Amino acid sequence: MADGGQANGAVRQSVRGDAGDARQIAGIGLAGGAFSGLFGVGGGVVMVPLLVLWRGLNEKRATGTSLTAIVVIALFGVFGNSLFGSVDVQKGVLIGVPAIGGVVFGTALQQRLSNRALSGMFSALMIAVVIVYLVSK
Amino acid sequence: MTEVLEVIAVGFAAGTVSGLFGVGGGVVFVPSLVFLFGLSQAEAEATSLLAIVPVALVGSYRQHRYGNVAVRDGVLIGLVSLPAALAATYVANALPETALKVLFCGLCVYVAIRMGRRALRPPVETV
Repeated sequence: MADGGQANGAVRQSVRGDAGDARQIAGIGLAGGAFSGLFGVGGGVVMVPLLVLWRGLNEKRATGTSLTAIVVIALFGVFGNSLFGSVDVQKGVLIGVPAIGGVVFGTALQQRLSNRALSGMFSALMIAVVIVYLVSK
Repeated sequence: MTEVLEVIAVGFAAGTVSGLFGVGGGVVFVPSLVFLFGLSQAEAEATSLLAIVPVALVGSYRQHRYGNVAVRDGVLIGLVSLPAALAATYVANALPETALKVLFCGLCVYVAIRMGRRALRPPVETV
């Protein structure tokens, strides 16, 4: 993937409606959506690296921004799935409530880590994702 | 009782992964819902999305407080990805399983290498 000069300049998000901005945002959104549609895996695992490598955000900002995109995606996803009745609300709540505590902890912990460390950990996460995928499919 | 503790532990772990890595947490939720609760893969994926909504909301609120969210980027990326995800579902059904597996693993390993090399670079903090 060519990240050319774009990752180096990293003048982020200050210019509204800039054509390069729009292209990157559309590209990352399309890639994230295509990825989750193709593989049934959330778009976060592809949006975070693209926000870092292509859009030039640092790791923390990329993960925060990815979470914001996921709010939108998951809201629509739940609505779509609930139409077909495959959402198990009770179990979703049961596992989701402790996860709220987890995410508060995880984001706080992340602030103590360097961006380079996060890149390394993300790299390991990708390998874990491959393993989980191969085991579960 | 142990089952309840298991669920709490797994939920907490999923949330931690979500906060640390900016992912929804489905990578932990989905297999857990299959193995702990005996849901089918499809049910687990749908149910995982429900759990992800509050997690991503709280996570992105926290990150916003830490100054780590490009709000406009995030919302737009989310909106753009919706039709792409729908379209890709049809493509996925048309492609052979093996092709999907190879493509997925190839992409993940490629990203792992790129991010790994970034971690090994000399420390130059970007914006």
